[in-house]
Amino acid sequence: MSMTDTKAIPCSEAVGQLWDYLDHAISPEDQEKVEKHLSFCRRCCGELEFAKEMRAFLATSSAEEIPPHVKERLERFVEGL
Amino acid sequence: MRRSVIEMSEVGIQDRTKEAFQELVIAELPALYSLARRLVRDGAEDLVQEALLQAFRAFGTLKDEAAAGRWLKTILVNVFRDQLRKRSRTVDERPMGDLSDFSLYRTLVDEDPFPYSDTLHADFLRVFDSEDLREVLIRLPDIYRVPLVLRYIDGFATKEIARLMEAPLGTTLARLHRGRRLFEREMWVYAQEAGLLTKER
Repeated sequence: MSMTDTKAIPCSEAVGQLWDYLDHAISPEDQEKVEKHLSFCRRCCGELEFAKEMRAFLATSSAEEIPPHVKERLERFVEGL
Repeated sequence: MRRSVIEMSEVGIQDRTKEAFQELVIAELPALYSLARRLVRDGAEDLVQEALLQAFRAFGTLKDEAAAGRWLKTILVNVFRDQLRKRSRTVDERPMGDLSDFSLYRTLVDEDPFPYSDTLHADFLRVFDSEDLREVLIRLPDIYRVPLVLRYIDGFATKEIARLMEAPLGTTLARLHRGRRLFEREMWVYAQEAGLLTKER
């Protein structure tokens, strides 16, 4: 078996590791395998772009509005401590 | 009776501490309340109050005021974890069906909910407002929702989440992995149930 063959992984495995790949939470060997897969698989590149969009969507949703009456009650609570 | 100089100066210090605490936390209330609402379906305000109470008691341990936001969120997650533990002694690891084959990306390509869109996947995300997102998150079991919220919305490191939830790192990584799949499947299910895909866009 050649070196290239040992690095080949199926789409299911590559997709399953995409978020960990973006987080650098997998081993350098697995990182390399995902990169290798992405180099020839257009569909998984689409999955990767969507994973990036989803992460950006979540990261920008952190600051919700606080209803004024809740804010007022919490401020009063803090003042009463 | 007249208070001694020492007593009066202690009162002065306490007042100043209280003022400093108030100033610091009031700016963080929206972020704290938002996090609480992503952790619990009901009782977010109570959770914030309990966290504020504990934070006030521990205010002296805050070394870096610039890190107050993260410090407060950490306290809130600790309070939530303790409440969770009191509520149920067993971890809810019930199966949520077979997720191994589910891909939201592929589902959107196959189902094509916006046939005239050139940016199908981005458009799908755009139909979710903050309430829709919260509803999807709140549908997930705690053990999957909490790591997901802390990691991808509030930006905690995975190691820190493992420490906060008192779970091994490997378990936390596995829950994040499964949680992402569950979250994407629930987004798809919710979008259909709530009519997000048929709204005028």
